[in-house]
Amino acid sequence: MNPNEILSIIGPAGSGKTTFLRCINRLSDLVPETRVVGNLSFEGRDVFAPGTDVAALRRRAGMVFAVPNPLPRSIYENIAFGPRLTGLRSRDVLDEIVERTLRASVLWDEVKDRLHTSGTKLSGGQQQRLCLARTLALGPQVLLLDEPCSGLDPISTAKIEEALQDLKKTLTVVLVTNNVKQAARSSDRTAFFLMGEMVEIGVTGELFTHPRDKRTNDYISGRFG
Amino acid sequence: MRVPPKVVHVSMLGVLWTVTLAAVFTLVGIVGWVLWHGLPDVTPQFLFSMPAESGAEGGILSVIAGTLFIIVGAVLVATPLGVGTAIYLVEYTRENWVTRVIRYGADCLAGIPSIIFGLFGYVFFVITLGLRWSILSGALTLALMSLPTIIRTAEVALRAVPQGYREVSYALGATRWQMVLRVVLPGALPGIVTGIVLALGRSMSETAAVIFTAGTVLPDRIPTSTGDSVRTLAVHFYLLATEGTAGSQPKAFATAAILVLAILVINVSAYTAMHRFLARYR
Repeated sequence: MNPNEILSIIGPAGSGKTTFLRCINRLSDLVPETRVVGNLSFEGRDVFAPGTDVAALRRRAGMVFAVPNPLPRSIYENIAFGPRLTGLRSRDVLDEIVERTLRASVLWDEVKDRLHTSGTKLSGGQQQRLCLARTLALGPQVLLLDEPCSGLDPISTAKIEEALQDLKKTLTVVLVTNNVKQAARSSDRTAFFLMGEMVEIGVTGELFTHPRDKRTNDYISGRFG
Repeated sequence: MRVPPKVVHVSMLGVLWTVTLAAVFTLVGIVGWVLWHGLPDVTPQFLFSMPAESGAEGGILSVIAGTLFIIVGAVLVATPLGVGTAIYLVEYTRENWVTRVIRYGADCLAGIPSIIFGLFGYVFFVITLGLRWSILSGALTLALMSLPTIIRTAEVALRAVPQGYREVSYALGATRWQMVLRVVLPGALPGIVTGIVLALGRSMSETAAVIFTAGTVLPDRIPTSTGDSVRTLAVHFYLLATEGTAGSQPKAFATAAILVLAILVINVSAYTAMHRFLARYR
């Protein structure tokens, strides 16, 4: 991964995109009887080395899930959740984080008057942007997005993509998507996964116009997957 | 001949209404009957004075105090043990033979007649540990009796918290304990409180286990130490009702009315307190 880029990962269902994403922040630990083979390093350190501070790793590599999943508490508290875990209590600092992250995820104008109402009462698209804001509140270096727009309408999708273009200035984004067009539209580089194997990775424009591998070509032209 | 669905629907509706009404009427009937016979004798003097003449005269203040101490003691002991066990079972371990042993153990414990707990409490707490007939022996015995209820209801409540909440907490950098404390426990609280209140009600109305461990002595003062022997409301009622003297019957009903009311009050206040607490998370 290069800094300040959006890397999208495409591939058919079951090709290991989400699994790969979950290895980066070691959510793979939650799956019983998992075996991880190979090396993965993040900021120069082996992610799977014994003694890794997993909680710190997950703050550096923040994740947004495919299904919007706000916690059953207020919008404000959803965003404050991560910072509070590190012991942050100052109301002023929390207020600042909430506003900054909500602005970054293009949600501020819609919710600024009801920050203390439940996050679960928002619409699906708003919930997903809340989840994005919540992840940004961790102050991550890398943003791991697992099909963040899979259940969203085109307008919400556009808002999230708009947010990503802005965010890319300060951090790196890994975007897993089932939507090939979204990958083509919003990413700098694209990787194609198939059956748990990375078939091809390259600059998005080139990968889509001149794929080196025949399987990539078949997938993006809609022949399977 | 085929019965038209419409007819089945209407007759089933009738049947379900009837059984529901029967259940509700039985419940309301029993509670109402107890209150009807008991409440006239519940006077401030009855509530706030000490018993005399083996309970046939005077009030039940020392009995109320004794009951309170015993059930509060039981809940204070059983809640951390039970909820802790449930958290361990759900959050800290995977299914294996240990968890199965704990779960089967709890289920068996729940099915044991209370008098067996009384016997155990008598032999172990009263005799072996030398705690004598006391609030402490009674509370510990009731705590053991409440454990299975609390463990199992808390376990179910914890498991009902969506897995997604756990994932999110981890993804936001929570440690396991932070996840349990800040996300899972608030989510499971209603279920856990239900279990505790259930256990509380059962402890409160328990006689067999308490007669063996807290004694039947009718104290003429409010107990001042955990080593004091007490008589609980349920035991007091049982003894008064079986005594059969002229003065004891109204007192027995009045005691029963207080018991029923107390359980009602505990239920209502526990749920109110819980909803207040949860409002902070909503």
